[in-house]
Amino acid sequence: MQLLRKESGTVAAVTAAEHEQRQLRSLWLKLVFLALIGGALIALFLTINVTDWGFALPRRGRKVVAMLLVGFAVAYSSVMFQTITNNRILTPSIIGFDSMYMLIQTVIVYLFGGITLAMMSRELLFVINVGLMVLFASLLYRWLFRREGRNLYFLVLIGIIFGTLFGSFTSFMQRMIDPNDFTVLQDRMFASFNSVNEDLLLIASAAIVLVTLYSLRFLRSLDVVLLGRDQAINLGVAHANLVNRCMVVIAVLISVSTALVGPITFFGLLVANLAYQYMHTYRHAFVVPAASLISVIALVGGQLLVERVFTFSTSLSVIINFIGGIYFLYLLLRETRRD
Amino acid sequence: MKRGSFVALLILLVLLSVVSLFIGVRNITPWGLFQASEDQLQVFFISRVPRLIAILTAGASMSVVGLIMQQLARNKFVSPSTAGTMESASLGVLVATLMFSSASVLHKTAIAFVFALIGTVIFMRILEYAKYKDVIIVPLVGIMFGNVIGAFTTFLALRYDLLQSLNGWMNGDFSGILRGRYELLYIAVPLTIASYIFADRFTLAGMGADFATNLGLNYRFVVNLGLAIIALSSSVVVLTVGSIPYLGLIVPNVVTIMLGDNIRKTLPFTATLGALFVLVCDIIGRTIRYPYEIPISLVVGVVGSAVFLFLILRRGVYATA
Repeated sequence: MQLLRKESGTVAAVTAAEHEQRQLRSLWLKLVFLALIGGALIALFLTINVTDWGFALPRRGRKVVAMLLVGFAVAYSSVMFQTITNNRILTPSIIGFDSMYMLIQTVIVYLFGGITLAMMSRELLFVINVGLMVLFASLLYRWLFRREGRNLYFLVLIGIIFGTLFGSFTSFMQRMIDPNDFTVLQDRMFASFNSVNEDLLLIASAAIVLVTLYSLRFLRSLDVVLLGRDQAINLGVAHANLVNRCMVVIAVLISVSTALVGPITFFGLLVANLAYQYMHTYRHAFVVPAASLISVIALVGGQLLVERVFTFSTSLSVIINFIGGIYFLYLLLRETRRD
Repeated sequence: MKRGSFVALLILLVLLSVVSLFIGVRNITPWGLFQASEDQLQVFFISRVPRLIAILTAGASMSVVGLIMQQLARNKFVSPSTAGTMESASLGVLVATLMFSSASVLHKTAIAFVFALIGTVIFMRILEYAKYKDVIIVPLVGIMFGNVIGAFTTFLALRYDLLQSLNGWMNGDFSGILRGRYELLYIAVPLTIASYIFADRFTLAGMGADFATNLGLNYRFVVNLGLAIIALSSSVVVLTVGSIPYLGLIVPNVVTIMLGDNIRKTLPFTATLGALFVLVCDIIGRTIRYPYEIPISLVVGVVGSAVFLFLILRRGVYATA
């Protein structure tokens, strides 16, 4: 009898370990699957309809690198942000962070004027932008989330209005800038999907690699933060400290993606939620790579569609905003039905 | 006191209107008007006067429309720009331009009106579907709905190379107002008067279908009339001026905070304050970067979103307390 009990105990332990193993394996398989699709799309993007390799490859290659960077930055920052704010509707862009980046950039152009900026190196300018962005994003975040228990929808609405405020103010300042200065700087400063800001690739990659290395060790703590603030503190996570550090990382990531392709409001929301649904796990070590791969697939695939099917007659951000907006409405209405 | 402040507002409006007539690149002075040259007079009557009329009409009617909308939806944060009405009207204008390239202004108005009406009705339906009608959720859904329609409109515009004209009517701007190109706005005048006549009935309708019917009100008729006024006024403004963000939202709210909810009393106030607000923003836009001009939608966008933020934050204070 005793022997039997002992045996069944070990059997249970074995099956638990096995189950764990199996789950891990399936998570890895899912990641590999996503990576294969992403790789295939990138290969297709690089090689489709090439007539002059020497001309096409470097240009397309730069575009792909930009999309990889943006995809990773948006996915990572959105997942991280959703974890520390403990919900699945808010993303940094929905509460207006990327419009804030554009505003900072415009104000800098306005204050310094075109000539000073033209002489200043792009890298330096970018670093100044990012520094200010980290400062203001942390301030805005702290101000918004200062009071606990603030209604989530309230935050979203405030964020959206902030986005409009920053957006209007940016256009306003752009009109105030001397038209000559503005045309000089327009291409350099205000990117979109169709004109990716490729000059910044080097420093953007450096920034992303740095903050990623810095923040990799947070991933495990973030798993715990998912349990809620009080639980996490109970389990020994220095919550406030962690949130502050994450905000810095998020601000840098948002700066990079906005500097490269401009604001894309709903993209982070889409890829983060798709990743949760597909991976079915709480582990950030798997969710973040999955979200990044999904966003790379969406970007490269979307860009292929835009370039080959629509032959440039539409822009990727419009499609993303359309689909993302509908998805957001769906999430919102589903939540209200549940209450 | 209320009467006094109303008169003060009116006097201020008249004063600023006169000021507005004499701002511009072409130097025209009030005392020089009588010995003005031929082309000075032309500038005055072809550009300045129509512009002033357009500002006053658009400001007053959009604010009143916002007031009615807030009454009917029973939510303080609903307005043509937070419920998809403006965006639907723009889509309508685009579709009209695409399908009937030679469409007259009246045709375009009709199509924009139909789209604005459908858009607003869909929004009201979505509201009925959401069981949990939080004060905040309603405008949130409306803004998102507007975004989706806006993205679709941009998609169409990009496809048919109309993005530039689209931006033209998406961004409200009074600089294009000239004699012969704004007269459509006059439609908004009888609509505003009709809202005043029906003001009491809108107040009743705002109390809910059952209650209103109990009091002997033809509920469906009043609601449909309200929606028609909203859609038609918005379309006319979008077609002539372009969309002006937050206008129908902040003006009625400020008036309601000061004067309460009886819209028969607040409506004249709302109309006056709306006209005044747009006039002031337009004067700012015309003088801040003189001799260039900043479109009114940007000035209102900055001022309006700041005021809107203030309004919800103020609400938030006692909602969480």
